[in-house]
Amino acid sequence: MSALVAIEGLRVRHGAQTVLDDVDLRIAKGEIVTVLGPNGSGKTTLMRAILGAVPLAGGRITHAPRLRIGYVPQKLALSPSLPLSVSRFLSLPTRRSVRACRAALAEADVAGLETREIASLSGGQLQRVLLARALLGDPQLLILDEPTTGLDQPGAAEFYRRIETLRAARGCAVLMVSHDLHVVMSASDRVICLNGHICCSGSPQAVASAPEYRALFGTGTGGALALYRHSHDHSHDHGCDHDHGHSDGADPGGGAGHAHGAPARPSAQETRRGVVR
Amino acid sequence: MIAGLLDDFMIRATLAGLGVAFAAAPLGCFVVWRRMAYFGDATAHAALLGVALSLALSLPVLAGVLAVALGMALTVSLLSGQHQGTDSLLGVLSHGALAIGLVAVSFVSGVRVDLSAYLFGDILSVRPADIAVIWGGAILVAGLIAWRWSVLLLATLGEDLARAGGVDPRREQLVLTLTLAITVAVAIKVVGALLIGAMLIIPAAAARFLARSPEAMAVIAALMAAVSVLAGLRGAMLFDTPAGPSIVTAATLLFALAGLAGRLRG
Repeated sequence: MSALVAIEGLRVRHGAQTVLDDVDLRIAKGEIVTVLGPNGSGKTTLMRAILGAVPLAGGRITHAPRLRIGYVPQKLALSPSLPLSVSRFLSLPTRRSVRACRAALAEADVAGLETREIASLSGGQLQRVLLARALLGDPQLLILDEPTTGLDQPGAAEFYRRIETLRAARGCAVLMVSHDLHVVMSASDRVICLNGHICCSGSPQAVASAPEYRALFGTGTGGALALYRHSHDHSHDHGCDHDHGHSDGADPGGGAGHAHGAPARPSAQETRRGVVR
Repeated sequence: MIAGLLDDFMIRATLAGLGVAFAAAPLGCFVVWRRMAYFGDATAHAALLGVALSLALSLPVLAGVLAVALGMALTVSLLSGQHQGTDSLLGVLSHGALAIGLVAVSFVSGVRVDLSAYLFGDILSVRPADIAVIWGGAILVAGLIAWRWSVLLLATLGEDLARAGGVDPRREQLVLTLTLAITVAVAIKVVGALLIGAMLIIPAAAARFLARSPEAMAVIAALMAAVSVLAGLRGAMLFDTPAGPSIVTAATLLFALAGLAGRLRG
């Protein structure tokens, strides 16, 4: 199957610092990919590179012909001096019909917000309005930048379920970036762990194959959240000199990662963090 | 008949002022939305250096001002893309350009320069040819902004958001840079280098109290600016005050009134 986006040997520098190195990633039609990484791991840069917003120092990024990308930023550069209603925002830059706007807002689960001012929305409402705007372009690939920042865990679970429904209904691929190392969307087809390069990747099911983990899924969240644990006890077996603030303890199968020691067990504290009611 | 009308200096001043209002108000909305106040000031202050260069090289003042304002606007635009200490850097450029311009003008020998005309404007001395230039520039600015309106708004909300929508935010920034330089070049005769920033910011900020959409804000800002021009010129006649500062004073009073009205309306 031809990929929507194919990234080969990607290298990005900010000044003298190499932010991304030797990144290979293909996003297939209808696939949900979650990119995880600590702050400064280059995941936002990866996303911006796909959008064409950063110059590449090496490698290449190929888009499928006439690829429609729907981008959901984390926030807007919104000045309170700009009076902007939700429906006007949805029509930027392409004019959309009232009916299309209503449908998109309903699909993003924020029906009836048309006349509200963007500046008056809560974080969660704004997030969904941004999603609605992305949906209006009928995207083949939806790119979400830390979409659950500022949401509590039930809110995040709710949002993930919405994304899952959207994918099922529209068949669009989803690329999601998250810095939450402990919780990912369980509907992810692939979880990619990034820290300057791709440390490991695999399905969350494979990642979370340990029984202790499975017991945590689905309790009270409709299965929308999964625990993805990072231990801090391994070292890479090749000459990485940068500091990994995390490791790939959860890469038991299906992954493109390095060889690791024994799978880590969750500590009591991390188990609590993973439980979502 | 038109030639006859233009014999009256008040009518010429009014036409010139309305032209500046027409260009500065919609551009000023973007200056406010994108928090570019210093950007406007730095470009306007650099105009003074343009005046000095024009006088030294015996070029038309418009050409010198346009070139230097464009150079400054491009410089600021490039620097502000790098996000490091932009605020203080713009402050340095803005005040530095003003001081260097004043020093440069003092070096121009042989020409008696009425400095206050360039600092605060000399709207009462505009000639019919100035009016043509001002309106030509104003129509160009308003036309560019109207043409790019939706895309400019999108780029204002987020660069990556714009890119994902197939819009190059750098190109839109360039449109604003260009329109700003043109506005400065045509407005220096009317309100002077020191007060161009005021004509950009104050009507737009006043319109914010009353507007419910970006389009309405631009239209209301243009109306506010036009009323400020009319009231300021009238006030200058009545009280024998300098015309440029009187226009800005009128705009400031309108801002206060609009703020009050906005608060009362809730």
